[in-house]
Amino acid sequence: MSKNVTNVCIMIILPVVFINIWFYLAKSINNTVILPSPAMVLQLLSHPSENLISMGSLTNNIFVSLLRVLAGYLLAVILAIPLGILMGYYAKMFILFNTFVGIFRPIPPLAWVPLVLAWFGISSFATFTGVERGILFIYLNNLKFSMVFIIFIGAFYPVLTSAIYGVKNVKKTLIDSARVLGASESDIFFKILIPAAEPSIVNGMRIGLGVAWMCLVSAEMLPGSLSGIGYLITHAYTIARTDVVIAGMICIGVVGALMDMFFRIFEDKKFKWQRLIR
Amino acid sequence: MITDTIIKINQLNKTYHTELGKQIKAIENFNLDININNFICIVGPSGCGKSTLLRIIAGLDSASSGLVSFQGQAISKPSRDIGMVFQEYSLLPWRTVIDNVSLGLEFNRLAKQERLEVAGSFLKMVGLEDYAKAYPYELSGGMQQRVAIARALANNPQVLLMDEPFGALDAHTRILMQKELLSIWEKNMKTIVFVTHSVDEAIYLADTIIVMSSHPGGVKEVINVNMSRPRDRANPIYAQLASQILLMLEEEVTKVK
Repeated sequence: MSKNVTNVCIMIILPVVFINIWFYLAKSINNTVILPSPAMVLQLLSHPSENLISMGSLTNNIFVSLLRVLAGYLLAVILAIPLGILMGYYAKMFILFNTFVGIFRPIPPLAWVPLVLAWFGISSFATFTGVERGILFIYLNNLKFSMVFIIFIGAFYPVLTSAIYGVKNVKKTLIDSARVLGASESDIFFKILIPAAEPSIVNGMRIGLGVAWMCLVSAEMLPGSLSGIGYLITHAYTIARTDVVIAGMICIGVVGALMDMFFRIFEDKKFKWQRLIR
Repeated sequence: MITDTIIKINQLNKTYHTELGKQIKAIENFNLDININNFICIVGPSGCGKSTLLRIIAGLDSASSGLVSFQGQAISKPSRDIGMVFQEYSLLPWRTVIDNVSLGLEFNRLAKQERLEVAGSFLKMVGLEDYAKAYPYELSGGMQQRVAIARALANNPQVLLMDEPFGALDAHTRILMQKELLSIWEKNMKTIVFVTHSVDEAIYLADTIIVMSSHPGGVKEVINVNMSRPRDRANPIYAQLASQILLMLEEEVTKVK
């Protein structure tokens, strides 16, 4: 028990120091536009379902943002994992895709914005599905293609790279021994390659989700966006509500950290074998 | 005495192409008949193509020319009849011991109940029935290799290939494993082709020792070990044979220089 208490104490040292410095600076600057006090921000955070600057509540905006991230992220995962596994296993597939994919990798998701807007404009999944009213319309209309695309680009590469890496690093002996035992090609994929590469793939999924979440603000700055935590931040900035900006930033940080934590807990449980074979 | 040949290797050649475009002859004109239920040990200097030979017999690599056949059929891909145990630990770390042993049975679409029964009996044979639910990382190196042997045998192969399976074990464990392997072999008479660096190991285990020449690899000498089992390392014949083989290997190593 004492060990846990010590750890918690160590853990909260920096946040406490940070908040104190913030308090002190806010007090000495004495200008809420430049730096609002922690108390103001806390006030906002403690009433998350309150309507802010007529832009909806924090919880509502986070929910919309999560929906967008999830859409782009799922798309990235669905495409990147199979592609990564094939590229990792078949040398020819790797040669076929690597240069092509490699050219797009260094392009920051934000650099896609003009092109994406030219292509998709403000069309959304609502346009695509033809839903024109009701609750479903509100949600679908918030899933703009352009945003989903930016998030997709952000999440795609970490997932792809770690899937390739995971499969390439599967010990050859494991594959050979399975062959000798009579494994078919699909056995090799489903019973050897995928389970062996799974820790690396899941790790890539965790990093990809983090990047997708980080792409959110840039995606929500796009025209046609009328909600979302990123939009709330940029809009609050234009009307000099720095406290709302900071509250929004904290929300992004906390949600991102929570998602990361859930992934880590899952990894620790599921891939105990990987930690212990070292 | 009439003996049945189970594996026939006829004028086998294997040439590698390096990345620089050079050709390297790994095996040249290799001929060998392996008789059923024999325990064959292949010794040779490192890099003489022993492992390549084994991989070709297993169907994991293909020959450049020549024929390797099992019961008269040319070997072109891995088959259930020829099992293999590797030097490196080859168990799947995310599966329990029993699930590792039943891997081959799973590939052959046996029902789960049957799989567990067969795997359990082979696990018992290698003395690890108490570790069925353990994971490979909880086992010592020697125990892991025993599981790998059980896994290969559970598939009921006619021939068991072993590529320096005890190479990574400490000297004491190694001697225990040799004893155990012999008792397994006596219990369910399979043909075993065992590659090793250790002359001592070869003499302790083999009916027939194949000494390989190197660069390119071929058969230098075939030696029948005419000693009763279990073999006594203190027997003068043992020592004489060992020095004879060591001398041959020395020739092969110095030849390269």
